[in-house]
This record gives sequence, C-alpha cells and structure tokens, in this order.
Amino acid sequence: MRLEPINNPNIARKSVPPAIALLTTILITSVLAMLAGANPFSVFGLILEGAFGSQFALLETLNRATPLIFTGLAVAVAFRAKFWNIGAEAQLYAGALITVLLGTGILQWPTAILLPFIIVASIIAGAILLLVPALLKTRFGVDEVVTTLLFNFIFLLFVSMLLEGPLKDPMGMGWPKSARLIPEARLPRLFEGLRLHWGFGLAIFSSIIVWVIQTKSTLGYEMRAVGLNKKAAAFAGISVSLVLIKTALISGGLAALAGFSEVAGLKGSLTLDLSPGFGYTGIIVAMLALLNPLGVVVAALFVAGIFVGADSMSRAAGVPTYLADIMLAVALLLMVLAIMLTRFRVIRD
Amino acid sequence: MEIIEILFTASFWAAAIRIASPLIFATLGELICERAGVLNLGIEGIMVSGAFAGWMAVYSGTGLWSGVCFAMLVGMLFGLLHSTLTVPFGLSQHVVGLGVTLLATSSTYYAYRLALPEVTSPPKIEAFQPYEVPILVDIPLIGTALFSQTPLTYLALVLVVLVAVILYRTPLGLAVRAAGENPAAVAAQGLSVTAIRMGAVIVGSGLMAVGGAFLTMSAFDSFFFEMVNGRGWICIALVVFGSWQPGKALLGAVLFAAFDALQIRVQQTSFGTQIPYQFFLMMPYILSILALIIMSRRAEVPAALMIPFNKGER
Repeated sequence: MRLEPINNPNIARKSVPPAIALLTTILITSVLAMLAGANPFSVFGLILEGAFGSQFALLETLNRATPLIFTGLAVAVAFRAKFWNIGAEAQLYAGALITVLLGTGILQWPTAILLPFIIVASIIAGAILLLVPALLKTRFGVDEVVTTLLFNFIFLLFVSMLLEGPLKDPMGMGWPKSARLIPEARLPRLFEGLRLHWGFGLAIFSSIIVWVIQTKSTLGYEMRAVGLNKKAAAFAGISVSLVLIKTALISGGLAALAGFSEVAGLKGSLTLDLSPGFGYTGIIVAMLALLNPLGVVVAALFVAGIFVGADSMSRAAGVPTYLADIMLAVALLLMVLAIMLTRFRVIRD
Repeated sequence: MEIIEILFTASFWAAAIRIASPLIFATLGELICERAGVLNLGIEGIMVSGAFAGWMAVYSGTGLWSGVCFAMLVGMLFGLLHSTLTVPFGLSQHVVGLGVTLLATSSTYYAYRLALPEVTSPPKIEAFQPYEVPILVDIPLIGTALFSQTPLTYLALVLVVLVAVILYRTPLGLAVRAAGENPAAVAAQGLSVTAIRMGAVIVGSGLMAVGGAFLTMSAFDSFFFEMVNGRGWICIALVVFGSWQPGKALLGAVLFAAFDALQIRVQQTSFGTQIPYQFFLMMPYILSILALIIMSRRAEVPAALMIPFNKGER
C-alpha cells in the first residue's frame, strides 16, 4: 500500500476518520469494562456524572485540568518545533521546588510582590532545567528524548533527597514533606466560596499568550518552520539552534508553572506525589489538541474529566481506574492515525 | 579502599551480569528496531507488559519457558501495533512509541487488577534458578560471575552472538541494515521495506518483553508496579552508546550494570551511609546521559532512522 496526499479534502474526508476513531475508542473501552464485569453504559454514565454531574465534580475537573493545561502547552510548544520534550514531569517539580523554596517564609513580602516573583522564578527554573537537554542537542547532537526522559528520574530523586534532608518539614511527623507556604505565597481563589484557584486563570491566560506567540510572532513562524523542515528553515536564514533553545526555554517555563500552580493554588506544600504523571499526560493533551494552544484547554478539560470521572466510576462500579489511562492511550493512537487519514488516501497496490 | 575490594569479588561481577541481563534483551530488541530504521519508544511499556505476562502465565500454571514465550508473544503484539502505525502509515515514531508505552503500561496494570483483585502483596512464583555450568564455573573470578547464572542470562548472552551473526553475516541481516540506511535501495532490489521494518519491530518488541520477563521470572519472583522503572529508556541510551552494534551494546550494558551493582554496595559501606541514598540511585541515569554525550560525536546513526518510507513518493 502507499499513501497519496489529498489536495482539497471534503467535509466527509475531514470528519469521518476522527468519528470512527472516537467510536472505536468507546467500543474498545466498553469491551474492557465488560471484562471487569461492568455494564459499559453505566460505566460511561458514571464517568460523565463523576466529571461534570455536579458543581463539586465540575470544580474538581477544572482543578485537575489546570496542571494539564500547563504541561499540555509545554508539550505543544516543543512538539511544534519537533523538539521532543518528554521531561515536563521534571520541569513541573522544578517549579514546585522553587515555589516552596521561596514561599515558605524566606521572603516576607506582600502577596502582590511575592507571587509574581515566585512565578517568574518558577518559569526560570523550568526553563533552565530544559535548557540542559536543549544545549546537549544543539551542541553535541544528543537526542533530547532520552535526556529529558532520564531527567525525570534524576530530578524526582533530587527532590526526594531534599524532602528527606534540608527541606523536610520539622512539623511533618516524619513524612518527606516540605513546610507549608506562608499565606502571602498562596494563590487566591478565583471566586469567593468556590474551590477553584487562580492557577486556572493563569493557565487560560498562558494558553492565549502561547497562541499569540505561535500565530502572530516571528518566533512562532520560526518554530513552525523548524518543525516542518530544519534544512529549509536553515536555508531561509533561521538559526535552528537558537529557535530550538528559545522553544525549550518557553516549554520548560510552562511546565514549571504546573508545579507552581499545584503547590501555591492547591496543595500548599511539596510532597513526592504532587504529580500523578501530569507531565506525561500533557503529551496526550497536546496531541489530542493537535498542538493548538487553545485546543489544549479543551483537551485538558476532556482528559481531566475522564480521570476525575474514572475515579468516582471506579468506586461505584468496581472497575480499576486504569481503564481511563487505556482509553486515553487508545484515543491518542487512533486520533493520530485518523488525522493522517484526513489528509492522505490509502492506495492498495 | 573498600570500593577497590568490591571490584575484585566474584559475587560483584555475578550481580553485574545478572543486572545486565534484562538490559541485554531489551537493548538488542531496540537495536534491531533502530537498525531497520524505526525508533521504538514503546520499549518501557512493552517491558512492563512482558514482566507481567511471563509471571502471570507461570502463576496460572504454565512452565517457565512457556511463560517466557507468552511474554514474547505479548511483546510482539505491541510491536505489531507499533509497526502498523509507524511503518505503512508513517506516523510519528515519537508519538506512537509513547502511546504504545502508555497503552502497554495501563493495560498491564488493568489486567493485574482484574486478575488479582484482592491481593495486598503480589504472590510469588517458582522463578528460574541459577544453573552452574560444569567445569567452566571453576575458573577463578570469571567462572562464578559468568557460569552460575540463570538460564535466561545464558540465553541473553547467546542472543548477542546470534543477533550479531544475523545482522552482519546473513542476507536477512543485510536487508534489515539496508532498510535502516537506504530503504530506496532495498525497494529497488524488489524487497518490501514495509515487511522488513515491521518484522524487525515485531521481533525487537518480543525481545524487549523477554527483558521485562527476566525481572519477574529470574531477578525476582513477583510482579510489582513501577518495577521496570526507566530501564527501557536506559536501553535506548545503551543502543546509542553501543553505536548500534550488538557487541558494543553488550559491553555498555555490562558496564552500566557493574556501576549499578557498585552503587548498591557502596551505599552499605561506612563512606556510603553518610551520603543520601537518592544520590546513588541517580548515578545510573546521570551515567547514561554522560555516556550519550561522550559517544554522540562518534555515533554512526542509521541514516534512515525515524524517516518513514513511502513507496512511490517523490
């Protein structure tokens, strides 16, 4: 078989493959739910209800979506330039680490100065952490996939070392846990009385900024050009290394904001289970959003909804929560295939 | 000085070879995929699935070798999925690979929860036992290190030779290498690049799964979550370190494992107990990155690695 590009895909060509991908995902998930002895209809019903069925559920979904928007943006920015940052998990912890370093009492400043300072410091920490793999790639040609992946393990151990050493909360009953942030370093709630913090606002704001950078700026154009064809971009006078480094700085900074927002908005302190893989899930979010920064918000809400819904479904129906992870992995693989099939025709020969 | 003494004990080198074994299987698997031109980031998840599949098969009553075969079969199925998406359809090998890792990991954990819903600690199996090769085991130092291992370790060492011979001495190996260097030339010979690449990914994924199975069936006798713990990613680094050659990859795996065995022992010395244990756990990952930096200049990357081949294009 071979693939032939379609110049002007019609509406059917654009919509049928993604629809089939979605249906197949639901079908596979249903079969797996049945293997666990559950009724698939009630499983999906419980997931929807648990994710969006009440004000509490909805706020939980929005809270869960917040770090995913940041990590999704981090991945989307990097992947657009074909810079494979798989290390959003480490960069997230870099942001969280800086937040507890600066926010637990060393700086006794009012909120209006302290919070912006911590935000900028977090961004810098995440950016620097990704700068190392970026420089290794541009200087030595070391593949960033492996380095960013390995950094996740290294950095998590580093955080663990600090949490059991200098950063350990003396009041923490022996748990490896940092001291709590001072009230001035906490992100306020978005609305009085609702359990949703300004991290969500910051996430939406970031996605708009990234969208503006990608669509309206020279850097955005250069990032796309490098992603499409490095040789052609270099020929057009773009410094590929410089663009990759700028991309890495933005991507790392965005991922770090996820850690900042989780600590300052939700948890108030740093533990080793701060992130249940938000950095890796960001890859799914970014791909489902087709790397579009505004789409990342929608995809993050969808993915967060599935996770939150699966938690309550699992309690009610006794189906392991890993069903949600399988569903997302299947959706990811089938969607990537479906999007390709909207642009190419398969010809048998 | 304690460190030097450790290096001259046979038990240290025996441990190094044991730690290297799963890495050897998985590194060979990744090497075969990449030699044919396909980066397989599904490795981490495929190792998880193999670890569970082999152990579960034995726990359900099959023999140990049937368990290994079953693990390999599961790995090959994920390889079939990976290669179908990346070879004929030419989808991004990064995205598909990570997707396969997510799918393999989550479906393994799902299967584990379904198969053993009510256990707090995973049950144990009768794992592979060390087999002392007669006569050879009596060679000082090397004897105990090399010839008192479990059968799966011997298989890993034999496979290194086998893969090297196939890659460099047979028409099949030539076809695989050519598919990764110059697929157009392969197609011009009337061979199917798609078939060669898919076959390489499927076989390679099977080996990765056996690497995972080594953990549950030989190194330990039980399955834990997170037990693969980044070994797959390290194998990708080992392939680069070994310049895509089986012999050098073996050397890399043993060096890496020796270092890993050393850090475990140094942790227990009077010097090591003064240092946070996380520092030692970090070293293998840092070492992998350093190795990549050192080797990157000399690495001979297969020319068509990560480049899909679409017959009739351009």
